[in-house]
Amino acid sequence: MSKLITEPNLPRPDDFYQELTDLHRDLSDEQSLDVNARLILLLCNHIGDQDVLSEAMQTARKHIPAQ
Amino acid sequence: MLNTYTFPEFDYIRSADQDAAQPVKHPVVVIGAGPMGLAAAIDLAIHDIPVVVLDDNNTVSVGSRAVCYAKRFLDISDRLGVGQRCVDKGVTWNVGKVFFENEQIYSFNMLPEEHHRRPGFINLQQYYLEEYYVDRVNELEKADLRWKNKVTGIEQNDDEVTLTVETPDGEYTLKADYVIACDGAGSKTRAACGLESKGQIFHDRFLIADVVMDPKKFPPERWFWFNPPFHEGQSTLLHRQADNVWRIDFDLGWDADPEEEKKPENIIPRVKAFLGEDVEFELEWASVYTFTCRRMDDFRHGRIFFAGDAAHQVSPFGARGANSGIEDIDNLTWKLQMVMNGKAGDNLLNTYSEERTFAADENILNSTRSTDFITPKNGANRAFRDAVLWLAKDYTFARPLVNSGRLSVPPFLTESSLNTEDDGSFDCKVVVGAPCTDGPVKRNGEDSFLLGALGNVFNGMLFVDSRNDLTAEMVDQLGELAAQDVPVKSYIVASHDMDIALPEGVELLIDTVGVVKERLDAKGGTFYLMRPDQLVTARMRSFDKAAVVAAQNKALGK
Ligand SMILES: Cc1cc2nc3c(=O)[nH]c(=O)nc-3n(C[C@H](O)[C@H](O)[C@H](O)COP(=O)(O)OP(=O)(O)OC[C@H]3O[C@@H](n4cnc5c(N)ncnc54)[C@H](O)[C@@H]3O)c2cc1C
Repeated sequence: MSKLITEPNLPRPDDFYQELTDLHRDLSDEQSLDVNARLILLLCNHIGDQDVLSEAMQTARKHIPAQ
Repeated sequence: MLNTYTFPEFDYIRSADQDAAQPVKHPVVVIGAGPMGLAAAIDLAIHDIPVVVLDDNNTVSVGSRAVCYAKRFLDISDRLGVGQRCVDKGVTWNVGKVFFENEQIYSFNMLPEEHHRRPGFINLQQYYLEEYYVDRVNELEKADLRWKNKVTGIEQNDDEVTLTVETPDGEYTLKADYVIACDGAGSKTRAACGLESKGQIFHDRFLIADVVMDPKKFPPERWFWFNPPFHEGQSTLLHRQADNVWRIDFDLGWDADPEEEKKPENIIPRVKAFLGEDVEFELEWASVYTFTCRRMDDFRHGRIFFAGDAAHQVSPFGARGANSGIEDIDNLTWKLQMVMNGKAGDNLLNTYSEERTFAADENILNSTRSTDFITPKNGANRAFRDAVLWLAKDYTFARPLVNSGRLSVPPFLTESSLNTEDDGSFDCKVVVGAPCTDGPVKRNGEDSFLLGALGNVFNGMLFVDSRNDLTAEMVDQLGELAAQDVPVKSYIVASHDMDIALPEGVELLIDTVGVVKERLDAKGGTFYLMRPDQLVTARMRSFDKAAVVAAQNKALGK
């Protein structure tokens, strides 16, 4: 059974999205890579459920084949 | 070459076997006198099995190899009678520190638990370790160590193994019931059997330099730097060994030229950049390595057993090479003894491979993960790695993700076919398939440690809270277990002395500070059964002789 929430769950979607993109607005690609890595780690720890995380990782990789 | 250590040169002694008209047959021949071959020789000899060890060389390990020996290695060395010398000479350490760029991000303690005979780790140059093992082998009448005896050919049939041995006096032939191949990572025995060790080679090079310096400069701790200012983009590890020798380990990347990097004129500036211009040091030894994680599919090939680096190899982050190799020997010897003495069937020997390939997989997994963390394989991995390190300083959640080597602990053989399932529920770190814990005990009025009382035979421990827990029938039954064809020597473990007459093979152990009971989650009536290698093989909430016999039979592969 799926545990990952894939229905809308963000109370203010536009505000969230703007904050996410603003976070990177003045960064180089390399800096963005670092910020994203930190962000992912913080969120993963917050979620703390290996099943949810695995599902999210697999979903993120869907249709992106190995090089 | 080395200033602090003089390499012994052992004499080649012509053996009577070389003059025999017919090839002489021995119960066990061990190929290689590295740490594993030497451990095998000691272990077999103390189990009363005559053993011949053949080594192509005539000295101990030359130069920079193993440094860190884990608690389990020391516990096994104690059983072999070498532990104390190693600990006396070695540098005991428990603390590790992790640095990222300019700062320390956190530290850890390997053995936060008190009341163990041995520390979490000691550091000792491999040549000392081997020297002590050689001395111990030479004390044992049943062990025959032959230097400058190089095995050049090996064949087997259903009944025996035939070895061709080259010596300074020419070739001779030997026969053996069983062979243990401890001839290292490049095992010629493995190749001669048409077998392979398969896995992954890491595309990375490491410069390993041993330097002598003033002991006031650094404490006996493990210091690991990620991306330090003195070695940008890479990692560095610092460890103290005996004789004020420090091990420094620089990650160089794949493109480094090993021949150039090995030259003192290139090493000295690296070390100076690290230690500071003003620190005086002398270079003892240096070498450049690449590392591999691999193993054989099966550690048994008929009458030939593979152990140590010949059977499996790991990268040194985690110090799992020698530390796991000695567990191979610990696992194999008692099984060989049982089979050779007709106490168990040949199938018991298959469980050596079953149990030790399981352990090797855990070691390889850990060592591969550490290597991937230390040397990230692409940009995204490096970003995650650096993010973990950056977060670890202020946010404790990230610290368990930092992987500068998961230092060797014995894999718990939880899936072994020799285990008996728990009877009752237990809530402690020790499980069936794990080595028994340690703790201070009083035995025959003398203070000692539990692990000193266990091993080489099957052992039982019956925990009692009071004299009333113990019926005359139980005492008799423990006596019967001790008198079996394959004895179970039991201890009655209590918090205080008791006045009871005990049969032969049954002793009283006083759990002086109560940690044995606590660490095994024991209550009055709890019984633990240990194999000759000190691994817990069964436990029950109330002692039942028939269940103990059944569990022992299971542990013997019956
Ligand atoms: C840089 C480095 C650091 C390490 N650090 C650690 C550490 O901190 N902790 C740890 O646990 N492990 C460590 N290791 C691993 C450790 O050194 C090995 O796991 C260990 O030496 C393996 O012992 P062995 O007896 O299986 O093989 P070896 O030590 O390789 O011994 C094999 C022996 O067989 C002999 N031999 C070979 N062929 C023949 C033949 N045909 N006939 C007769 N004799 C033969 C050789 O002369 C040698 O004496 C490290 C290794 C390296 C390279």
